[in-house]
Amino acid sequence: MNQAILVLDGVTKTFGHGPSTVHAARSVSFSLHAGRALALVGESGSGKTTCARMAMREYQPTGGRILYKGKPLAGATSSDIADYRRAVQMIFQDPFASLNPAHTVAYHLTRPLKLHRPEIEGAAIHGAIHDLLRQVQLDPDIVTGKYPHELSGGQRQRVNIARALAIRPEVIVADEPTSMLDVSVRLGILNLLNEMKQQMNLALLYITHDIATARYIAEDIAVMYAGQVVEWGPTERVIENPIHPYTRLLLSAVPDPQIRFDDPRAHLRSEEVEDIRRGSGVPQNEALEYETGHYARRLAMEPG
Amino acid sequence: MKTPLLSVKNLTIDYIGDNKDFRAVDDVSFDVAPGEVFGLAGESGCGKSTIAFAVSRLHKPPALIRRESKILLNGRDVLDLAPRELAAFRWREVAMVFQSAMNSLNPVLRIEDQFYDVLTTHTAMTKAKARERAADMLRLVDISPDRLRDYPHQFSGGMRQRIVIAICLALDPKLVIMDEPTTALDVVVQREILQRINDLRRTFGFSVLFITHDLGLMVQFCDRIGIMLAGRLVEENAAEAIFRTPSHDYTKKLWSSFPSLHGGALL
Repeated sequence: MNQAILVLDGVTKTFGHGPSTVHAARSVSFSLHAGRALALVGESGSGKTTCARMAMREYQPTGGRILYKGKPLAGATSSDIADYRRAVQMIFQDPFASLNPAHTVAYHLTRPLKLHRPEIEGAAIHGAIHDLLRQVQLDPDIVTGKYPHELSGGQRQRVNIARALAIRPEVIVADEPTSMLDVSVRLGILNLLNEMKQQMNLALLYITHDIATARYIAEDIAVMYAGQVVEWGPTERVIENPIHPYTRLLLSAVPDPQIRFDDPRAHLRSEEVEDIRRGSGVPQNEALEYETGHYARRLAMEPG
Repeated sequence: MKTPLLSVKNLTIDYIGDNKDFRAVDDVSFDVAPGEVFGLAGESGCGKSTIAFAVSRLHKPPALIRRESKILLNGRDVLDLAPRELAAFRWREVAMVFQSAMNSLNPVLRIEDQFYDVLTTHTAMTKAKARERAADMLRLVDISPDRLRDYPHQFSGGMRQRIVIAICLALDPKLVIMDEPTTALDVVVQREILQRINDLRRTFGFSVLFITHDLGLMVQFCDRIGIMLAGRLVEENAAEAIFRTPSHDYTKKLWSSFPSLHGGALL
């Protein structure tokens, strides 16, 4: 495989101190490669957004290293940091809050072009905006002059994607980009991200709590629980052959129209769920490789 | 079918605008039997939440329910209730769980006080009796009764959602309206909560009007499902049939956009 663009190497983040310390991320390691997507899956509070924020340099890691193109970010020069800020872009969860309601779509796309791509000047900006909107499958003639409130959630999310693409990023961090959208437009956004990843050779970090959407977009998957990555590997293998009890629990809870709640197969026993939660919450340093590239941690404490 | 508990007839709701009105719900009729879970599915803006609000009479202007509409609960028209009757009707007969229900608890009141509030407003219960009832209800949703003295912020989102459901069920309502009750929660918690509601309705026999845009979840939970498109009910059938033999094109489209765990990978 080619060299990773972005690597989190044993990254740890804690909040608070003393007995009330919260371990939001415990020695998390993963790498992002050009043209590939990694899905970071877990429940709320599992630390997936903390990892995204560390990748965005919004949080300083408490321990561990973040490497950009092989160079550690800590101690990087300010021009390296500026370069990093350009190369890594984020798409947020809430398409309603992440666009300025007082400005048009054109404004939202002009700003990044002016700031980060000074080679595009004058009338060329207009053309660049049209190209960007066409890339995200919006009609430039209709959308350019509109304000965010005139667009639907799915359209707004497309504008957000266009804004991220305007800078020609190398890495896109998408934090639950579809969780606030209707089911009917979700796949459209995922397909678009997928195409962008392939055409522009982007590295994508896709954060979600919906493991079913991960397989539409990500080649690799990492399942997080209580700040620790408990299982990771190729998406298809992890879904077909889940090893860790928490991954199995997550998969079994995905809504499946084939199995009704009255069916005993659908029944999650709350004592078992509690055991899995308790067991998975205990830090476990050891991980075993079950298949090529498919790793899982053992439970520090076996359930039941 | 048995005599319906809830019977919505020709429900038409407009949002009155300055220049023109917007028809949010257009001539919708459906019945919900006692003990049945009826689902309304559709995209945002299709009018499903507007119906939920109308059934509990929580709609506010500019929403206007047109005259020919009827919402019958046990044969009584909800739309004709006087304010005093309405106060007795809410919670006792129809209780509602909202999407962000976990944020609808009062942050400065202990859980037990929020139970008292509902219980003493609607019944002549003594404080000791109310405490007993509250403890029973918490046990039903798998929360230890010794946490009654805690405040909402001391619970997780899923627990708060379960507390709201427990408060809803405290007065034995006949119908519980759930508008996207678990959308903000992760799948494991979602399954635990809905499974519990499914068990409870088998035990107590209340009906549920369940609203979500997640069709897969809906088929798992509901007995019958209505599919809404732009204010109209375009298809209504048993849950199994909606899944196996959808007849309306829109239903088929909804299914094809549903992310599934197996088959049809896009990579």
